[in-house]
Amino acid sequence: MQELITRAKELLADGTAARVLGWRRGDLPYNPEPAFFEKEEDFDQFVYDGFCGANLSKMMIEASKLEGKTVVFLKPCDTYSFNQLLKEHRVDREKAYIIGVGCRGKLDVEKIRAQGIKGIQEIEGTELDGPEELTVKTIYGDQTVSYASAMLGRCHVCKGKEHRIYDEIIGESRETKDADRFDEVRAIEAMSPEERFAYFKKELSKCIRCNACRNVCPACSCRKCVFDSTKFDSAQKANVDSFEEKMFHVIRAFHVAGRCTDCGECSRVCPQGIPLHLFNRKFIKDIDELYGEYHAGEDAESKSPLTDYRFEDAEPGIVGERG
Amino acid sequence: MYKIAKNDLRALFRAIAGERELYLPVKTAGQVNFAAWEEDAEVSLDTLKTVKSPKDAFFPQFETLYMCRTEEKKLQIQPQALKDKEFVVFGMRACDVQGVKVLDKVFLSDPVDSYYRARREHGILVAIACHEPEESCFCKVFGVDAAEPDADVAAWMIGEDLIWKPLTEKGERLTESVKELLQPADGAEEKVQKEQEQIRAILEKLPYTHLSLEGWNGDATDEKFNSPVWETLYKPCLGCGTCTFVCPTCQCYDIKDYKTADGVQRYRCWDSCMYSDFTLMAGGNNRTTQLQRFRQRFMHKLVYFPANNEGMYSCVGCGRCVEKCPSALNIVKVIKAFEKQGGGENV
Repeated sequence: MQELITRAKELLADGTAARVLGWRRGDLPYNPEPAFFEKEEDFDQFVYDGFCGANLSKMMIEASKLEGKTVVFLKPCDTYSFNQLLKEHRVDREKAYIIGVGCRGKLDVEKIRAQGIKGIQEIEGTELDGPEELTVKTIYGDQTVSYASAMLGRCHVCKGKEHRIYDEIIGESRETKDADRFDEVRAIEAMSPEERFAYFKKELSKCIRCNACRNVCPACSCRKCVFDSTKFDSAQKANVDSFEEKMFHVIRAFHVAGRCTDCGECSRVCPQGIPLHLFNRKFIKDIDELYGEYHAGEDAESKSPLTDYRFEDAEPGIVGERG
Repeated sequence: MYKIAKNDLRALFRAIAGERELYLPVKTAGQVNFAAWEEDAEVSLDTLKTVKSPKDAFFPQFETLYMCRTEEKKLQIQPQALKDKEFVVFGMRACDVQGVKVLDKVFLSDPVDSYYRARREHGILVAIACHEPEESCFCKVFGVDAAEPDADVAAWMIGEDLIWKPLTEKGERLTESVKELLQPADGAEEKVQKEQEQIRAILEKLPYTHLSLEGWNGDATDEKFNSPVWETLYKPCLGCGTCTFVCPTCQCYDIKDYKTADGVQRYRCWDSCMYSDFTLMAGGNNRTTQLQRFRQRFMHKLVYFPANNEGMYSCVGCGRCVEKCPSALNIVKVIKAFEKQGGGENV
């Protein structure tokens, strides 16, 4: 972490950048928040540990409008989002100095709580070069849990350690993948239509329409969302009937299809723990199967299968036949 | 005081639900929220914080106000029937009860909200003391005692039993109706006292318990409003409505019309001061930036509300926002930021 601070201070001091976008230490062991750092003394609060799961790419949309460059710390998976935003002309490459940071999977305090741990006071072992075990000190006694058991779901199907865009890289990443990304989708596909409907109905009925999934999503970068517009009946703040929440999530999934990099932020932020990434991942799997393997955000240039036309493209009928 | 074995709670729920609607913490698809009791419901009384607060029982996220229909050439307006049957909200916490008292200030003062009043009149609150408070709790800061909930019935989970103490006439009535399942608990006072001491000792150890509210009061409007602290504080705010929707005291709502096949449904639903169209009027919006929206939420809880309600804050320290904000922001960080940086121009 010290290396990140030193380098960031250098880049500010030599005039390369006007500000640094990173994470500020929280007031609990697990709640650092995204923050801008401009002055030397601001860095007293800088942190980079296992709880810095927030993807800072989307904040670069606003940072791109500011004077001067912004140093931004991106984890390997965050760089896919940055590339995609670059492709969509939402961020300015010239305004970003990207430091690719190492990652060994990000932590989810809910996963720790789910292991019966309450009253957390301190968590040791969250640093990038930390041990494989976390020591959780609580007011009800100390406990240890494995780092892997406390990781966000998305890290178990990690896209890889490679940063897809960067100016420099600091820190080693570790392998965290221990499951196939599409296993969850296959399990859903294996359900009968009735089972599938019941599954999503149960999950989506928890939705409180807080819009956290949409607002955190790097692919949701419309200046005015149709669901916020007062010009249509679409701006529902509550689920008027049982179809409402499905409509919101299904439309959102369609809108980000082919552009979603599977960064997993939607599922990370959902206060009700809805596995929202499943919609997007199903689209990704379908796109892979219909048009050949494609990963949004792998680069900032190539055309997405859904915005490109080729003679060998699958005809719409194929989807109909396949069901 | 009475007691009932935890193992017999199902029978108690069945008995309550036989006569009244019963809402309690139920786990559905991995998350615990207040929901109507059903025979196969996975009740979770050990869950300290339901995702949403029990606010819905009195002020639901969505409710129909009336329906409009045209029949031949006549316009028919059919108001929604007011709540007219008793119901029980079981398993609230002391902070949740305080949340309802905050809502009372808003909805029961003139002009009285008839929908809310009907629910308040028919609702019976059974609140459980917090056996194991957690690090995100700070109810004590707002004068709430997690060891002694102030509801119609107060309850403590001690060992294998639930201790039951009616505190109001409504609570006595509920007790009477399930009396054959309750046993008199002789000597329970001592046990309860011991449990309360334990709870209060834990509260003392929590990181937020000694948070200072100094400087936050109804007279601090200009000083806090004009502080430069907001300019950095709001930055990670996503402008989502999570904090407002999990909050037991956020009470702002919107009224909208929804076209259905057989008429127009006028409904109200929770609104969020974090949203860009909040209080949007024909002449525009009086808060156009996220900084302004973010500031509004905390000014309302810690300055405007006490200014209008004899010093009562509209935060109860439940800590739901602490646990759920996607950007790890919350009211505690706001209070601390002002403490650290001085905040107001007069400080």
